[in-house]
Amino acid sequence: MSSELLFSIIAIFLLAALVPIGMVATTILGPRSSKEKIKNEAYESGIKNVLGGVDQKFSVKFYLITILFLIFDIEAVFMYPWAVNVRELSWFGFTEMVVFILLLLTGLIYILRKGVLNWR
Amino acid sequence: MNQPVELQPDETFVLNVGPQHPATHGVLRIKMEMNGEYIVHAETVVGYIHRMHEKMGEIKTYPQFLMNLSRLDYLGAMGYSHCHALCVEKAAGIEVPKRAEYIRVIMVELNRISSHLVWLGAFIMDLGGFTPLLYTFQAREHILDMMERITGARLTYCYIRFGGVSRDIDDQFIQSARDFMPYMRKELVKYHKLVTGNIIFKKRLIGMGHISPEMCRKYGASSGVARGAGINFDIRRNEPYSVYPELEFEVPVYDGCDNMSRYMVRMDEIEQSLRIVEHALDQLPDGPVMPKKAPKNIKPPAGDYYQATETARGTFGVRLVSDGSTTPYRMKLRSPTYSNMHLFDEACKGLMIMDAMAMMGTLDLVIPEIDR
Amino acid sequence: MILTLTILLAVIIAIAWAAFNAAYLVLAERRGAGIIQRRPGPNINGPFGLLQPPLDGIKLMAKQLIIPDGADKFMYISAPVLVMCPAIMSFVALPYSDWLQAQNIDVGLLMVFAFASMGTMGIVFAGWSSRNKYSLMAAMRSVSQAVAYEIPMIITALTITLMAGTTNLDAIVAQQSENFFHWNIFPLFGETHNILMPFSFLIFFICSMAETNRAPFDLGEAEGELVAGFHIEYGSMGFGLFFMGEYANIVIGATLATIFFLGGWSCPFGLFPGVWWFLIKMYAIIFTIIWIRWTFPRTTIYGLLNLSWKILIPASLVNLLLTAGLMKVF
Repeated sequence: MSSELLFSIIAIFLLAALVPIGMVATTILGPRSSKEKIKNEAYESGIKNVLGGVDQKFSVKFYLITILFLIFDIEAVFMYPWAVNVRELSWFGFTEMVVFILLLLTGLIYILRKGVLNWR
Repeated sequence: MNQPVELQPDETFVLNVGPQHPATHGVLRIKMEMNGEYIVHAETVVGYIHRMHEKMGEIKTYPQFLMNLSRLDYLGAMGYSHCHALCVEKAAGIEVPKRAEYIRVIMVELNRISSHLVWLGAFIMDLGGFTPLLYTFQAREHILDMMERITGARLTYCYIRFGGVSRDIDDQFIQSARDFMPYMRKELVKYHKLVTGNIIFKKRLIGMGHISPEMCRKYGASSGVARGAGINFDIRRNEPYSVYPELEFEVPVYDGCDNMSRYMVRMDEIEQSLRIVEHALDQLPDGPVMPKKAPKNIKPPAGDYYQATETARGTFGVRLVSDGSTTPYRMKLRSPTYSNMHLFDEACKGLMIMDAMAMMGTLDLVIPEIDR
Repeated sequence: MILTLTILLAVIIAIAWAAFNAAYLVLAERRGAGIIQRRPGPNINGPFGLLQPPLDGIKLMAKQLIIPDGADKFMYISAPVLVMCPAIMSFVALPYSDWLQAQNIDVGLLMVFAFASMGTMGIVFAGWSSRNKYSLMAAMRSVSQAVAYEIPMIITALTITLMAGTTNLDAIVAQQSENFFHWNIFPLFGETHNILMPFSFLIFFICSMAETNRAPFDLGEAEGELVAGFHIEYGSMGFGLFFMGEYANIVIGATLATIFFLGGWSCPFGLFPGVWWFLIKMYAIIFTIIWIRWTFPRTTIYGLLNLSWKILIPASLVNLLLTAGLMKVF
C-alpha cells in the first residue's frame, strides 16, 4: 500500500471523526430539542404544510441534465490518462482523441438541437 | 374537459409563497401551483394586514381620518393624504392658498422620489443584487431628513391639512432641496452605471414578464405598469389637479411591456420628479399656507365626490359620499397596487419562479396599501 | 506510529487552516461588502471586528439544533458533515509552497476534483431530507448547476494536465516556477506557447464560482424566491457547517486557480519565492469573487444552465482540442 493511499484513508477517517464534533457540540451546548409542534414544522413561508407534502413528482428536466452530466464526466475521466501521456503518444494518439472529442461535440450539438436544454 | 389538459393533478405541486417570505415585502401570500420550476397558476391571498381603513373613514370625522391616509402606503404616504385632502376640499369648498398647494406638490414629489428609491433597491434585491439597496437608502435618507425637519415625521406624515399644510417651509429647506437636485442626478447616473448596464440585469429584464396593454386595461393597472406597457396615461397630466398644469414635466412611457420598460419608467419618473420639484421651487409664490379662517367643523354638502391623483404607486382615488354630517356616509379608497397585483396571476402563467418574482418586483407592491 | 502521528498533525493543520479561512472569509466578505456598500460592516467585536468569527461560532454552537418533523434524521444530520468533510479533504492535497503541503499526491488534481464534487451530495441530502418544498427545489437546482459546471471545469483542468503532463499539483507549479511570463495564464517563455490560456482561466474562474454556489450563481440559496435554499431548515451548527463548507470551497477554487494559472508560490519577478506569494494571489482571487458577489444580481436557472451547456462546455472542448493541437505542433 502506498503511503499516499494510506495517508488518504487515515485522513478520511480522521475527518469523519472530527467534523461531526461540531454537530455534537451543538446538541450538548444548545438547548434540548423540544417537542413543540409548531417549532418543529418545516418552514413554508409561515403556513402549515397543508398544501401537500414533498413527495410529488418533480420536473424531469433536472434528471435529464444529470444523466447528460454522467456521459460527459465519464468522458473526462477517459481523457485524463491520455492528457498525462500526450507527449509520449504519437500523432495517432492525438488523432484518436480528436475523433473522440469531435464525436462528443456532435453528441452535444445533437442534444442542443433536440431542445433538451431549451427552457421556455 | 374541453380545455387541453396537459398536466395530471399529481404532476403539479403547490408552493406557498408568503405571508412570511423575503420576496413579498410584507405579508402578501401567493399560492403557486407549480410544474417543476414553472408556474401553472398563482392565487394571491390578501388580507393579512387588513385594518378597515374604509370603515374607519366612515365612523371618524374628516379631520380625525386625516392621519389614516398616511398609513396606507408607508413609502409614499404624502401622495395619499394629498388626494384625500383634495377630495374633501372639493366637497366642502375650501380654498387652498397657492403657496400651500406648491408646498404640497414639492412634498409629494420628494416623497415619490424616496418611494421609487426604495422600490429600486428592493427590486434589485429581489433579483439578488444587494448593494444598490444601500445606495438608494442613502439617497433616500437625505429626503427623509429634509421632510422630517418640516413635517415632523419620516414615514407617516400628517402634514397636509384641509385648506393647506401644517407648517410653512423655510429657507433652509429650500436650500437643502436645491442641493439635493444635483446630488440625486449624480446618484441616478451611478445607478444606471451599476444596474442598468449590467448584463445579467439586462438578461433578466428585457423581454421578461410580459404585461400587455390589454391586460393593464382589464385589471385597471396604472403607474409604471401601465406606462411600461405603452399606455400614455398619467393623472397629473390627463386629469390635472393641484398646480400640476403650471409645472413642466414629461410622462415617461415605454412600450416594451416587459420588466425593463417598467423599470425604465420608474427611473425616468425620478428624474421628472426632480424636475417638478426644481420648477416648483422656482415658482414658489409668497403668502399664507393656510386660509385665513380654516374651517373647524367640516360638513360637506350631501353628494358624491371623487378625486384621483397620481401617487408613487399609481392612480389613487378617494370616493367620498357625504350625507351632510360630520362623518362621511361612505369612504372608498381605490388603491393602485390592489389592481396592479391582480395582474400577477395572468402575467406569471408559464413563467419560472425566478422570473415571476422579478416581475412581481416591477409591480411595486406595498402590502398595507393593498389590504387597506 | 510516527507516520500516523504525522498524518494526524497534517490533517489537524488542514482542518485548522480550512476552518480559519472559512471563518475569517466571512468577516472579510462582510467587511468587503461594507466597503462596497458605503458602510462600516462588523467593527464592534475586537479591533476591526476580528473577534466576530469566533463569537459567531460560539453563538451558532449554543443554538438549538431543530430537526423538522418528518425529516430523515440520519440524512438531515449527515448532510452538513458531507459538505464540510470533502472540502477539508481537498485541503490535504493542496500545495501552498514547496514544503507546505500535507501530502504530495501524484493524482492530486483528480483527488481534489473528486472530493470537491462530493459536496453536491451533501446539498442533495440536505434538500431532500428537510421535507420542505423550497429546499427540495433548491437541491434540484444546485445539483443541475454543480454537475453542469463540473464538466467545463474538469475539461479546463485537462488542458493544464496536457501542458504539464502530470496530475501532480506540485509538479504543475514547478513548471511555472520562474517569472510572470512562465505562468500558465500568460505562457510566453515556458515550455509551451499556448495563447489560449487566458481563455481557459476565464472558464475555470466562472466554473469555480458556479461550483461553489457563489453569487451571481447562488441559485441554490436564492433568498428572493426560495427563502434560503437547501439549508432553509438548518440552524445552529448545521447551518454553520454549510457556511464553512461554502467558504472552504471558495478557498479551494481560488487555490486551484492559483496553482493552475498563476504559478503557485513563484514570484512574478523571480524574487523570494515562497508561501506568501501564494497567499497574495489566492486572496486576490478571493477578493475578486467577493467583489463580484456584491456587484452582480443573480442569474436565472436557465441562463445558468445555458451558459454552461451551450457556451462553456463546447468552448472548453474546443479549447482542449486546440491546446492539444498546439502541443503537438510545437
